Amino acid sequence: MSQAIQFDPIRLPPEAEELRLEVRDFLSEEIANGGFDPHRTIMKSGFDREFSKRVGARGWIGMTWPKKYGGHERSFLERYVVTEEFRSQNAPVTSHFTADRQSGPVLLKYAEEHIKEDILPKITAGDCCFCIGLSEPNSGSDLFAASTKATRTDGGYLINGTKLWTSNAHQAEYMIGLFRTSPPTKENRRHGLTQFLVNLKQPGITVNPVRNMAGKHDFNEVLFEDLFIPDDHLLGEVDSAWKQATSELAYERSGPERFLETFYVLPELVRVIGQKPDARAAEGIGRLVAQLHTLRRMSVSVNGMLQAGKEPVIEGSIVKDVGTIWEQSLPAKARDLAAFVDDTPSNRSNFDELLQYATNIAPKLTIQGGTTEVLRGIIARGLGLR
Amino acid sequence: MSEVDSLLIDATTKIFEDLSDPQTLNSAATDDWRSALWSALEESGLTLAWVPADNGGSGASLADGFSILELAGKFAAPIPLGETLLAGWLLSRSNVECPSGMMTVAPTRPRDKIQMTEDNRLVGEAFGIPFGNLAEYIVVLAYKEEVPHISLVSGKDCIIKGNPGLSGDGRDTITFSNTTPIKIAPAPDNFSGQEFCIMGATIRSMQISGALQSILKLATDYAQERVAFEKQISKFQAVQHNLAKLASETAVAIAAAGSAMDTINTATQYNELVFFEVSSAKIRTGEAVGEAAAIAHQVHGAIGFTEEHILHRYTQRLWDWRDDFGSESEWAVELGEMVAERGADELWPLLTAR
Ligand SMILES: Cc1cc2nc3c(=O)[nH]c(=O)nc-3n(C[C@H](O)[C@H](O)[C@H](O)COP(=O)(O)OP(=O)(O)OC[C@H]3O[C@@H](n4cnc5c(N)ncnc54)[C@H](O)[C@@H]3O)c2cc1C
Repeated sequence: MSQAIQFDPIRLPPEAEELRLEVRDFLSEEIANGGFDPHRTIMKSGFDREFSKRVGARGWIGMTWPKKYGGHERSFLERYVVTEEFRSQNAPVTSHFTADRQSGPVLLKYAEEHIKEDILPKITAGDCCFCIGLSEPNSGSDLFAASTKATRTDGGYLINGTKLWTSNAHQAEYMIGLFRTSPPTKENRRHGLTQFLVNLKQPGITVNPVRNMAGKHDFNEVLFEDLFIPDDHLLGEVDSAWKQATSELAYERSGPERFLETFYVLPELVRVIGQKPDARAAEGIGRLVAQLHTLRRMSVSVNGMLQAGKEPVIEGSIVKDVGTIWEQSLPAKARDLAAFVDDTPSNRSNFDELLQYATNIAPKLTIQGGTTEVLRGIIARGLGLR
Repeated sequence: MSEVDSLLIDATTKIFEDLSDPQTLNSAATDDWRSALWSALEESGLTLAWVPADNGGSGASLADGFSILELAGKFAAPIPLGETLLAGWLLSRSNVECPSGMMTVAPTRPRDKIQMTEDNRLVGEAFGIPFGNLAEYIVVLAYKEEVPHISLVSGKDCIIKGNPGLSGDGRDTITFSNTTPIKIAPAPDNFSGQEFCIMGATIRSMQISGALQSILKLATDYAQERVAFEKQISKFQAVQHNLAKLASETAVAIAAAGSAMDTINTATQYNELVFFEVSSAKIRTGEAVGEAAAIAHQVHGAIGFTEEHILHRYTQRLWDWRDDFGSESEWAVELGEMVAERGADELWPLLTAR
């Protein structure tokens, strides 16, 4: 093994716990005055620009970024608390979450100064949505098969090709896209791809909806026809995107959103089971809660280690692998455990509705953001096996 | 986070490397290694780590003791070190002087209850007592009209029915029929009896975490040595994915046990949060044992199923440990009852309490 697996028992610091109370107050006020409806965000849409602006106004987007770009220079553990509290109430974070988690940090690292000054403050104000353009019709797990082309032209590049499964492309202002600038080389099949910032609000782009099996429109097909991207929108080194991804991945993989996507089923299960469960139901609930608690401890630990400047890459992948499998299996386990709960509609209609929805979306949880198989390959590499 | 004494850890590692090497023990013709190992641990003060210096122990911190036990797990050490540490802790907390020698504790199954008669004799039966036959003394939690008492009993004064358990360490049945203890004291103030199982479960979680780290290493090393179809078996994706799963379950155990240990180390009282952390750890490490042991064996093929190979020294102890001080099922029922009793809206506050 290259390195021992490490999960320091990290606790959230007092300032994070103070922040939690503020966040809870904010969320209950929002719910009370109709700012958002937790039920609706699960079933319908989690995109709510006005809500995102109110979150931005509280200083809860780009929390860890430098102040000069509208950030707040707070710790990853404080951001952690905000993320998990929002998830637990199904707050509609779609408009800002991708930019907050992924795109903003990429810009911070690779974008030109004037772009950072222009875009990052819009993100932190909750007024700018990003999407991620990696997958294509013939390139999913194998990112390096991407074929959407960026061809050199005067002052920039022309983009031609198709991105697929692009979540929120229909609502986003920008994409961070991965395009082919050169063919791969014999020695390195990962060579030849470059990251670009794409302004989606311009000619040359067509966004077509792709409805998912739960009846929702979240992801899209994005067609590029001679879309012009200026030179200063290039992110990082030409042909070398493969070098740029790795360090951010621990953040991307280890957050609470990686195991809380179906969480809403669990309290409802506890509710329908009631205060005096039989041994079977009690055992089932006890196991689920113990599993979730442990996942959370792992996730807090990875974020704490990141805050301390460590690079828990294998640990981050493990959190996502164990976490996504857990959130995927939760609806099935809840279904089993509630099998003998009375059928009277008043008793379990809310539970049934949530369970149906969670069951319908469960298949995607181990596919989006890298499949189980891909994650296990990464863990195996960390173990020194490949 | 509690600081662990790294010198102590290095010294303990050395003792285990020299005297508890799994391969050496596995091939040994006699049990002579046991007294050598125990004496070395005793001389270094490790067996009475949790007994204060004033009472003749070495007064190590809880954190140090737990780390020693994680190490003992890494070596699958077949001695009652965890039991003796726990026994010493219980005796000291009750202000009872601690003897030297191997000790175990009873009961270790949540449903077993030992009674103490009016004239201070012990009555009852305790099943699955680790090292019951081997230990010189048994520290017993018994109830005298519902008031918990700690007593020190000589093994010779009880009826012990041997049961090897899965590992051969012994999971013995001890019958107390009007047994007279050597010493008795009321349990410390605020001691409900649950602390006993809570400490025991944390000890086992740490040992499990240690042993899983070792079988992960055994399995990854073996996969890189063994060749089949002209390749190292580690090059087969099915094997890689199994090992990744083994690593994940090991990671889960490290995190769960570490968090429970840290909670106990810093707890001023054994409240609901301590129960929550420790029950979760015992449930989740126990679950990890099932999955991880199965994978480690699968990766080893037939060789891992032999007496000659050391893998079973780990897996059989792992299976024993997950039964001690409450199995996954037992803790899960209790935890589930607590969650249900508190109600749906109190679940999230419980999860995020720290
Ligand atoms: C809800 C949802 C939202 C998404 N949003 C976005 C987005 O915003 N932006 C974006 O770019 N993409 C997005 N994706 C796409 C996602 O990243 C891909 O679906 C994923 O990477 C897998 O690619 P694929 O679907 O082409 O499957 P494939 O790569 O074709 O894989 C099919 C199966 O083969 C397995 N497989 C593939 N290669 C290997 C291998 N080497 N070893 C073992 N097994 C293998 C996979 O694990 C999988 O089980 C989204 C997907 C979903 C479901």
